[in-house]
Amino acid sequence: MSEKEINKTSAPDIGAIGLLRWAWRQLTSMRTALILLMLLGVAAIPGSLFPQRNQNPQKVDSYFNTDPTLAKWMDRFHLFNVYASPWFSAIYLLLFISLIGCVLPRTFHHVKEIGRKPPLTPKFLNRMEGYENVSVDPSSALENAKKWLKKNHYRIRVEADSISAEKGYARETGNLLFHLSLILILIGVALGSLFGMKGEAILNVGDRFINTPTSYDNITYGKFQGQGSLVPFSLTVKDFVATYDPITGEPSDYVLRTTIADPIGSNPKPVTIKVNKPWTHGSTKVYLQANGYSPVVTVRDKSGNVTFSGPVIFLPQDSDLSSLGAIKIPDMNPQIGFIASFIPTAGSSEARGIFSTYPEVLDPRLVLSAWQGNLGLDSGNPQSVYSLDTSKMKKIGLKALTLGSTYDFGVGSITFYGWKSWVNLQIVDDPGKMYALFGAIFAILGLLISLFTRQRRIWVKVGEGVEIAGLAKNGIPGLNEEILALKSALENAGES
Amino acid sequence: MQGRVDMSSTQLAYFSNNAIYACLIIFTIAFFAHAFEVSWSVRNVESNDKTEFDFEKTKRAGRIGVAMMILGFGALLVAVVTRGLSAHRVPWGNMYEFSITGALMLTAAYLFAFAKYKVRWLGLPVSISVLLTLGTAITVLYRPSAPLVPALKSPWLAIHVLAAIISGGVFLVANLVAATFLLMERYEKRGGRPAWAAKIPSLDDLDQLSYRLVAFVFPLWTFAIIAGAIWAESAWGKYWGWDPKETWAFITWVSYAAYLHARVTVGWRGRRAAWLCIFAGSTFLFNYIYVNIWGTGLHTYSGL
Repeated sequence: MSEKEINKTSAPDIGAIGLLRWAWRQLTSMRTALILLMLLGVAAIPGSLFPQRNQNPQKVDSYFNTDPTLAKWMDRFHLFNVYASPWFSAIYLLLFISLIGCVLPRTFHHVKEIGRKPPLTPKFLNRMEGYENVSVDPSSALENAKKWLKKNHYRIRVEADSISAEKGYARETGNLLFHLSLILILIGVALGSLFGMKGEAILNVGDRFINTPTSYDNITYGKFQGQGSLVPFSLTVKDFVATYDPITGEPSDYVLRTTIADPIGSNPKPVTIKVNKPWTHGSTKVYLQANGYSPVVTVRDKSGNVTFSGPVIFLPQDSDLSSLGAIKIPDMNPQIGFIASFIPTAGSSEARGIFSTYPEVLDPRLVLSAWQGNLGLDSGNPQSVYSLDTSKMKKIGLKALTLGSTYDFGVGSITFYGWKSWVNLQIVDDPGKMYALFGAIFAILGLLISLFTRQRRIWVKVGEGVEIAGLAKNGIPGLNEEILALKSALENAGES
Repeated sequence: MQGRVDMSSTQLAYFSNNAIYACLIIFTIAFFAHAFEVSWSVRNVESNDKTEFDFEKTKRAGRIGVAMMILGFGALLVAVVTRGLSAHRVPWGNMYEFSITGALMLTAAYLFAFAKYKVRWLGLPVSISVLLTLGTAITVLYRPSAPLVPALKSPWLAIHVLAAIISGGVFLVANLVAATFLLMERYEKRGGRPAWAAKIPSLDDLDQLSYRLVAFVFPLWTFAIIAGAIWAESAWGKYWGWDPKETWAFITWVSYAAYLHARVTVGWRGRRAAWLCIFAGSTFLFNYIYVNIWGTGLHTYSGL
């Protein structure tokens, strides 16, 4: 908006500065903060209803496959990436600016207020809450009231004929601590996303992982995080054991045994990693994230030469770990590929064919469909290692193999030798998380202090008789009881 | 311990199931006693057209209702504890177990509110809610007692889930109170409460009660989220990942934060505050039901 337009649309004479000031006041008003807060809640909803790219990329892809136009429009509004979208960021940034604009002045004001005496006693106490007339000797009443108020942790202001007392400043202290802590949490989150790093690597049992960018299956850095900043260590997967409940077939324990050389070249030490027990180096952690099976196969051509041999990583499809994968043999002419499923413990039925009945490997099968043609590896398009592009291939056979058996598909053979477990390691560096943690702890503390402190004022005035009254902030209950306690204290002191 | 099935485990699991069936009976009696108390106190006086009511007549029914709520709480506590003992762990591994513990917390929140504010009438909506929860749990959500999946094996399970379930119980009671407020307000606008509602506290008291329940439990809900974040950091590698369950916990938190601000700073009272309270409570229920059953994400374990 140019200045001319501003003058046209808004009230005259406030000018650009006035308008800015007006906008700032609007933004930092409680009403705006409330609206922004509710808006933030509403804005978070779509991210829980639609698949998010960083959580479930396959499901996002399926949206694009089933209805490309709709998906494209949804993508335009960042519905597959809600929490990093400009509109979501705009809401929480505005909210935090509003928060800072509201909390900082209040903090300064509160710091000043803490050193100050309570405000003067109002002229007419009978208009205030919990008004009581006490029939005691006025001469000693002020002194007795002062004693009682001091004992009950009031800060007091003594005048010639009255006392003004207030307690519960901690309420505002807690309130401010809570809101300042929220800002600290936001700083922690920002540090983590700007200077952090996150990556994943799938390793078969026996593999060695060296912490360099090329070892990762995928890795993302924060905006200000250099690539050379990875912690130099190497990790060897020694053994992976999954235990299952024999009745329900649900996993009950995963144990990954590794040796880690930290730094690289030093003497490797045995380290056990479990689901809730990551390995830690500074702010970097290594997590056990997922696991599965890699069937071990050997493929030979017609003349018996080995064209491929080794474990192939398959992806689990269900809780009984039926796993799907692709075995690609580019070195045969024409090229050969297999779409295969690995069944840890085979069962079969009319309706489902062969399927897995238990997640542990007890009676494995490798069900193969063999394809011949062009694997499409040279097309330049990146291809998933877990699936086969069969658009330029034709199916030449189907076979279910038991352990140790061989399938002759005419132009060669494939032998199912065994299997290995694989583990998916997640490696995360988040230098901001301690700030977020401390922010969270202080936030809880502040919240408890502010919600359970009762702020109230009490006045005692002597004239003809002795009058007491008070004021409870936000109508918090308990003021009347307090005033009656003071009244009886004065009466008792008067009697003795 | 893994996969070990000994006689005592199976017996304990059976015992827990039977205790749940006993609870269904006890809470049904509680429900009828409360219903009897509020409806049978009406006395038609023939001389004039006005309906009168006599609570002396039904005092005993009300007492039986409360006694049944206490008995039900005890039986439910036994059911939850034996369920945990049967699996050698805390009883919060799947939705069946969350539900029976949630019903326990709802009953506890009611008994607490009853002891402190003498709100016997609340037994009617609470006993219906408990019956519905337990009925759904034992018929639809039931899972045999089994060890925990590895991701749940952490001391944070007890802390995080317990804080969340207690908060949920209190949120639901606050919701019932707010709903009662709206209903009573409508009656009063149309010329007065019906006889059965005469014993329900004044609008002002209802309004205050739902606020106090929320203010009391909001820090605990905050703690439940933070404990969850700390656990997530050690299990999944990030303390906040906008998993659907996290997202809705956040929405619930934001809604209650807005509710508290609206009351304390802006001065909302009465109908608007009650609607906001109910909205916030609904986000919690939505999270519990929708995200557990139809949602995807890291919080879905063991079928349910």
